[in-house]
Amino acid sequence: MSPAIEVRGLCKRYGEREAVRGIDITVARGEVFGLLGPNGAGKTTTVEILEGYRARSGGEVSVLGQDPGRRSRALRQRIGIVLQSGGIYNHLTPREALRHWASFYPHPRDVEEVLHLSGLNEQADARSRTLSGGQLRRLDFALALIGDPELIFLDEPTTGFDPAARHAAWETVRNLRALGKTILLTTHYLDEAQALADRVAIVKDGRILATGPPRELMAHPPGGAAHYRVSYRGGSGQSIELQTDDPTSLLNELTTAALARGERLHELAVTRPTLEDVYLELTADG
Amino acid sequence: MGDALTLTWRQYRLERRMFWRNPSAAFFNFLLPLLFLTGGGAILAGNQHQLNRLIPAIAGMSVMSTTFTALAYNIVFLRERGVLKRIHGTPLPALSYFGGVTANAVTNTTLQIGIVVLAGKLVFGIGWPRDWAELVVFVLAGVISLAALGVAFAHAIPNFESTAAYVNAVFLPVVFISFYVFDSHSAPGFLRQIAEALPLKPLIDGLYGAFITGSGLGNQLDALAVIGLWGVFGLYFAVRGFSWEQRSG
Repeated sequence: MSPAIEVRGLCKRYGEREAVRGIDITVARGEVFGLLGPNGAGKTTTVEILEGYRARSGGEVSVLGQDPGRRSRALRQRIGIVLQSGGIYNHLTPREALRHWASFYPHPRDVEEVLHLSGLNEQADARSRTLSGGQLRRLDFALALIGDPELIFLDEPTTGFDPAARHAAWETVRNLRALGKTILLTTHYLDEAQALADRVAIVKDGRILATGPPRELMAHPPGGAAHYRVSYRGGSGQSIELQTDDPTSLLNELTTAALARGERLHELAVTRPTLEDVYLELTADG
Repeated sequence: MGDALTLTWRQYRLERRMFWRNPSAAFFNFLLPLLFLTGGGAILAGNQHQLNRLIPAIAGMSVMSTTFTALAYNIVFLRERGVLKRIHGTPLPALSYFGGVTANAVTNTTLQIGIVVLAGKLVFGIGWPRDWAELVVFVLAGVISLAALGVAFAHAIPNFESTAAYVNAVFLPVVFISFYVFDSHSAPGFLRQIAEALPLKPLIDGLYGAFITGSGLGNQLDALAVIGLWGVFGLYFAVRGFSWEQRSG
């Protein structure tokens, strides 16, 4: 079976500006793949080319074995899209919108089940214009899921969520993954990528700077950032941070010296770099 | 194909349901022509010659407001809110979507023309239309032409806040010039030429024939041709420039 998404040398120019300059991505079936990057990095342009909203300037793209640029109806029946800002009819209720959307697809999921899955039971018969921002976002999810898609695009799905709503959305994504769905997620929340994605690609200025599972990127940061940070408060209260590949021997040296001086190492901590450290290092200017 | 037709029907049903739930849309669609009929009728009461001209003029304006104005508003609003973009990402065929939306507008036109016809018979003493076939042909031609022009015109409107300004900048002068030239024999020649070249005046001429004189379609082919040319122009730009998304910036 071909990969869910295969992208080779993707380019997109808007006049003189090159928004995407040669991106390669392969997303396996059943995988949750995260595109991470600062605003203007080319994430949304890339995703919108995959969704069939934009034509590419160069490169090869295959989504579920088809070219999304041809905008075939058969392909759109197999994908679900959660846009960054997609509106919905003010005067419809979530149940009515889902019933209507269900009629577009050959094998839709049950409307009641999707209402339940997306946590919209209580608002099922309320007009959309009375829903809160978080409830509208759940309706975005629900409308993307109603066609029972194999592949789901989530463009910054939790931007503007409170922590409880975010965790609920994460739970939904994990449930979808458990159902065997492939998910392409863009986000600028690093904890979100770390919590959800099997693999991430860090994008900046239209190029991919690093790709891999979050755990691996943290363990072996591209560009050679140190693996571990050791920090403590020195004798005169100043905070000290050291970087090392070998925390065992560094700790041994530090503690031996401190014990010999009869001091304590206050607030001693050993931390592994987070995805955020790797990300900040890679996306830093200059 | 059968599937696309079913989806058109479903989109149409949805548009009707939303229409009735939106009080301001319902107001503009039904109260406005009634207000014009009542106001005009009160001013012209007793002058049958003038009433004979009022009814087709208001029927023509109704066709324009239910298609050109309503579609331009609707499309700019849905585009700005991201509803069009969302629909574009689903398997709903574009033709089914526009079929449903246009059928909705045509239903409103039909209801309004029905109101005008009834008012003409029951209140204004002009009787039933003389030529039903001519009425149907002209309403249909006007609907297709002005609906396409409304969709095309939506491309020129940058955002929803400016929609009223843009639409009225076209709608009001066109209605004014067309009414004036239709009603007055002393209109300046250049105004007459402008009015004859725009789609509303020929539409009103055709409706006048249908409602009042029963002159027959054969005498109105010029008017029909002007409306048709605008329709071709409108359809070309409606399809060619159509944007499912708000332009950024």
